[in-house]
Formats: sequence, C-alpha cells, structure tokens
Amino acid sequence: MLYEKYIRVLHIDLTKQKILIEQREDLHAYLGGVGVASKLLEEHIRPELDPLDPEQPIILSIGAASSVYPVITKTVAMFYSPLTSELGESYAGGRLALTMLLAGYDAIVIHGKAPKPSYITINCNNIEFKDARALWGMMSDEAGRVIREKEPGGGKRSILRIGPAGENQVSFASVCVDTYRHFGRLGLGAVFGSKNLKAMTIIGDRSIPIKNFKAYFKVYQEIYDKVTDTEIMSKYHDAGTAINVLPLNEMGALPTRNLSQNRFEQVEDISGEAFVTRNLVRKMACTGCPVGCIHIGQFRREFDKGHDYESVSVGYDYELIFALGSYLGIRSSDEILQLIEKVEELGLDAMSAGVVLGWATEALANGLVTEADTLLPLAFGSTENYLKAIEYLAAQANDFYKNLAKGVAKASEIYGGQDYAMHFAGNEMPGYHTGYGTLLGTTVGARHSHLCNGGYSVDQSLKEFSKEKAVEAIFEEERERCMLNALTICLFARKVYDRKTILAALNALDYPITDAELTAIADRIYKTKLRIKKQLGFDLKAVRLPKRFFETPGLWGKLDEQTAYDMIRMYDEKLGAYCQIVDPLL
Amino acid sequence: MPKVLKAEGMNKCIGCFTCMLACAGVNRQNHSLVKSAIKVRTSGGLKGKFVADVCIACKDDRACAEACPSGALEIRAGGGVLLKPEKCIGCRRCVSACIVGAVFFDEAEGKPIICKHCGVCTRFCPHECLRMEAVDNAV
Repeated sequence: MLYEKYIRVLHIDLTKQKILIEQREDLHAYLGGVGVASKLLEEHIRPELDPLDPEQPIILSIGAASSVYPVITKTVAMFYSPLTSELGESYAGGRLALTMLLAGYDAIVIHGKAPKPSYITINCNNIEFKDARALWGMMSDEAGRVIREKEPGGGKRSILRIGPAGENQVSFASVCVDTYRHFGRLGLGAVFGSKNLKAMTIIGDRSIPIKNFKAYFKVYQEIYDKVTDTEIMSKYHDAGTAINVLPLNEMGALPTRNLSQNRFEQVEDISGEAFVTRNLVRKMACTGCPVGCIHIGQFRREFDKGHDYESVSVGYDYELIFALGSYLGIRSSDEILQLIEKVEELGLDAMSAGVVLGWATEALANGLVTEADTLLPLAFGSTENYLKAIEYLAAQANDFYKNLAKGVAKASEIYGGQDYAMHFAGNEMPGYHTGYGTLLGTTVGARHSHLCNGGYSVDQSLKEFSKEKAVEAIFEEERERCMLNALTICLFARKVYDRKTILAALNALDYPITDAELTAIADRIYKTKLRIKKQLGFDLKAVRLPKRFFETPGLWGKLDEQTAYDMIRMYDEKLGAYCQIVDPLL
Repeated sequence: MPKVLKAEGMNKCIGCFTCMLACAGVNRQNHSLVKSAIKVRTSGGLKGKFVADVCIACKDDRACAEACPSGALEIRAGGGVLLKPEKCIGCRRCVSACIVGAVFFDEAEGKPIICKHCGVCTRFCPHECLRMEAVDNAV
C-alpha cells in the first residue's frame, strides 16, 4: 500500500458473499503487481482441480507506484488459464489501477462462485453483491452501459465486464475494462463466467495525502517530461501500434492466411496509414498516461435498406489488424473494424479468435472438417462468414465450435491439422513471424505471449545471430520484465523507466529500495512463476511447435527446426541451474 | 497582467486525467482525483466526448461570491475568486450557485474546491487542451 509497509489484500468470497481484508507485510518482498499476484496465486490455486472449478482464484493486483507517476497504468490479472491449463497472466489499462489505489486495495482475490449471475461493486468503505440475472446474455458494451447508468461514481470508477463468450466459458474469452481496454489473453473471461460473475465496478473515492511533496513532484516532473519529449509519444500516439503493419510486411514477418504466407499482397489497405486515412476519429489514454495510444476507428454500417446507416466506433491496434486482418486474408480496414466490433461485443480475445478461425478455414479446405461442422463455407477474405463464425464460436453452436472454443491446440488434436494450428504451448500465436527470437521467446515466456520478453525485438536487434546470445537476451528480458510488471508499468514506457528512474520514483514515495533489491525481487518473482508452472505440469522439453513455423520464411528466411529446439533445450538447462540458486530471503 | 485558464481545446483531450492529478498534487498535496479543481469527464460513457468542468473566471458578476454568506470568496484580478479558507463555514451555497458546475466540495475538509487559475494543469496537459490567457482587467 502506498506509504505503508504492507500489501492490502481484499478477499471476496462469491459463494458465501463475504469479504476478508489482509494486511500482509511479507508480500513486500514481491513489490506488487505480478509479484504479489504470483505469490497469491501460488497460495490459492488448486492444481488438482479444473481451471474453471469454482475453487480457483482470480487475482487482480497493482504496483507500489501505480497511477502516481505517468504511464504506470496497468493492472495484472492472474489465474489458472482454461486455454493453456497453465499459468494465466494478463494485463489491462484503463482506469482500473487508479480506482484500486483509491479504493484502498493493492490486490483483490476472488474466490468461489456466486449462486446466481452477479456483479460486484467496490469502493473504499463498502462492497456489494448485486443481481446480474438480467445482464446475463447481454453484449459486453450493453452490460457496461446498464451498470454505468445504475451505479454511482462516474469519472472515478472502472467497470469490468464479460460478454456472452465469457458466460459460455469459451477458453479464450476476455474481460473488457472501461470500454476500450481488456484482459484479453488466456481466458480470464471464462473464469469470470465460471464464477457467475458478469461484472465488477470499482470506485476510487479515497483521499491519499502526498507524503513528501517536494521530492515526489520533482521526480514526477522529470518522468512526465521524459515521456512527453521522447519518441514514445510520437510512436504510440501518432498512428499507434498499427504503424507496424507495413514494416512487418516488408520484413516478411506479417502472418498471413494462417501463416501460409509471411506477406499480404493487399497490405496497403489494412496498414496503419489506411486506418489513419479512412477510419481514425479519436485517440484516448489510460488514466495517468499522457501518451494516449488508444486509437478509435469508425466505420459506417447500413442497417436497413433506404439509406439507413449508423456509425460504429471501435478501438484498434496492430495485433487486432494482424489477427482479424492479414491472418484471415481480410482486405480492408472497414472490414477489420467490423470483425473487431463483433469480437468486442461477444467478449473474445481478438488474437486467439483470429488464429483459431485461420486454422478452421484451412482445415475445411483440406477436408479435415466439413461444412456440416463449420456451418459456413469459411474462406480467407470472407468477412460475412467470419462475422457469423465468431457468433457460433461465442455460442459454441455445435460440437465443432465447442471444440474450437477450447483453442486451436485442442481442436487440432481432435480434427488433425496440428502442423498448421499456430500456437505456443496452447496460446494462439502473436503477429510476429520474425525468427528464432519470437519462437524461443514465446515458447519459454511464462504466459507464452510476445510481451513476456519481446523475442521479436531480439530478432530485429541482434546483428549477428547466435543461439547463445539470443537465449541470454531473452532470459534477461523475461527476468527484468518480472520487476517492471511488479510495478505494473505499461511496457510501452519500459525505456523511460530505467533502473535509475525506478529507484528515484520509489524513493520519493518513501519506499527505500536498492538496485540489488530490484534484481532480487525480479528473481523471486520469476522463480515463483516457474514453480507454479511446474506445479501445473508444464515442461518446456515437452513443447512441440507446429511445422508451419519452419515452412513459411520469416525475417531471417526459413527457420531450422533443430536450431529452435536446441535453443529451447538451452533455455531449459539455464532455468534448471537458475532455480538451484536459493533466495536468501525465503 | 493577470491570467485565466481556458479549456477551449477539449476536442483534443485524450482523457489521461494528468491535469487533475497535477492539480490535486500541487494544490492539495494529494493523490486523489476528487481533490482537483478541474474535472475532466465524459458525457455518455467513454464513447462520449470529454468535457472539462472548471472555473470559467466570471468577470462582472460572480455568483459564487454573491452566494457566500461569510465573505470567504474574494474577487480575483482577471476573473474568478480566491478562497479564504479561514472565513469559510462550509455551507455549500457557492456549489449550487455556480451555473457551470465548477465549484466542487471536499467532503473530508468540509470546504469547497475553488480553481485559483494557477496554470499547473496547463503545464501537464500533453495536448494543449488547456491554456492560460492574459487578461487586462484589474479588480
């Protein structure tokens, strides 16, 4: 807790509708964010039970300097992932972190299952369990609107909600946070659904006096100026992450048509530039971030004959353009926005949704499944069919969609086509087919995300490829990001928050800490995550990568399968030695 | 020349709330949004537009000062008022008198939150939504 020597944890028991508050001094050794969340997950997870068992916990956690410095805007969610049956870890921005801080909780642990569909409201002196039966079945945005109008606290609250996909426990259902941000990956939405939890609203209404104003404000100004004067403003604010579409295509790293290609011939029409020209209407920010990377695009939809139109606004980013664009052969920014809107209202992870549909399209073409399964003639480029297929997926309309809703790894185990079911240990691939860095980084990354260690950036920055160097770089980055994520700093600002800046920021908050301690904390967190993964039965040596990664050339041409597995083995050996080093504090 | 705050560029607002955090931090030495004298909000959820509720520096007639029974709101050069907390009795008449809804109330302190047009929010607005304007009016 800011200015205190303990971490304040709110436990919510949905079954009994009771709460418990703990002030844990021991959790200080984990700093906050992913550190505290990992420790709490380790304490409360039930490895012997199904990931969607009511006994499984959901942990939300913020960091030691959340929201009081620029761009420290994230909240981490940790859970037992129904998609990978392994460590679940996901981050969302919006207003959530600030509202948790001002409601007075560093971490929230949700236990049990509500007897009927419910939502929770939390503020600094109350928690209420409310009836959500009428909201069950509602689209994510509609549920948000109802709660927004019914509950107090406008302007200083955050609203989390799931759509029908979460209610139906699709393994990669997402949780929407404040309209435009999400806990997207690894299926937190399904865990909400399994607990009969439709939504949560957190109102931040506490006052927190600043302890040492002069010291704090000096550091605040330095960081603010660094953020607003450096290139991160232009890169992430101007055209946003969508600006990466063209360069990745140029590099031959843009996964296209289920990664049967690494370049998209109509890339110009789905580029960041195309979105700017045709669709961009607004930019927004998470609370406390002067950058404003959220890009809102608009498209026009004819809802009736006789020139009856509506305009629809949705957020877009590079990953969504890849997954619901090039990966499905979609040829215009307008059509991508339609697909994003569909995924958004039903509450699915956009990346997993695109990748499973890419596989399904090819499985149908290859005769592994028939149109009786897919209910539609799925074909690359056909937006109409994909819009409908996304609905079938969220509803789990038949056995095929039920299996598809378990993720591409499980679906391909059943129907075949594993060589082109593009996932890393059960998590659908991100939009970077750059090279060994991506392959290794996403495989060994604790949650199999491109954000675990930025393997794609190792591919682009290593001047001369060497297995040893790549393994080392990815290990160091994975470890360092454990510390950054314990502070829940938005990773877009990772270069602003170097060690010196972090120490100055924490010290000005009367949080004495040293550089060596930050390293020790990073190690402690990484090892905690590795212990949880081991407990859940994860073994790096058992990971098999789909063949297509080695057939479709990437940034460095065709990749060699043996080299990739060598690197995974080297990393695994490195971890073996790393885990032998005992943490003196524990 | 005295200066007053103008929130005329709100079409550029990204809703980062940095102005509010800076105002609360500098003027009230507090991390909470509720202490800020400027309030950025959306009308109609996040899909609506951002608007800023903040003192518009009334010049000729100042309804808040007129409503104050204890003379706690003094005329500020250039427009608006300055709060003299020692004279304030916390009656909230200024809050309801302000027709643009720019006088907030600090429940913990029992006193209104009045913008003094110091300009700190403009320094921390990354997109020039807010600016200070010099005005030639003396009291």
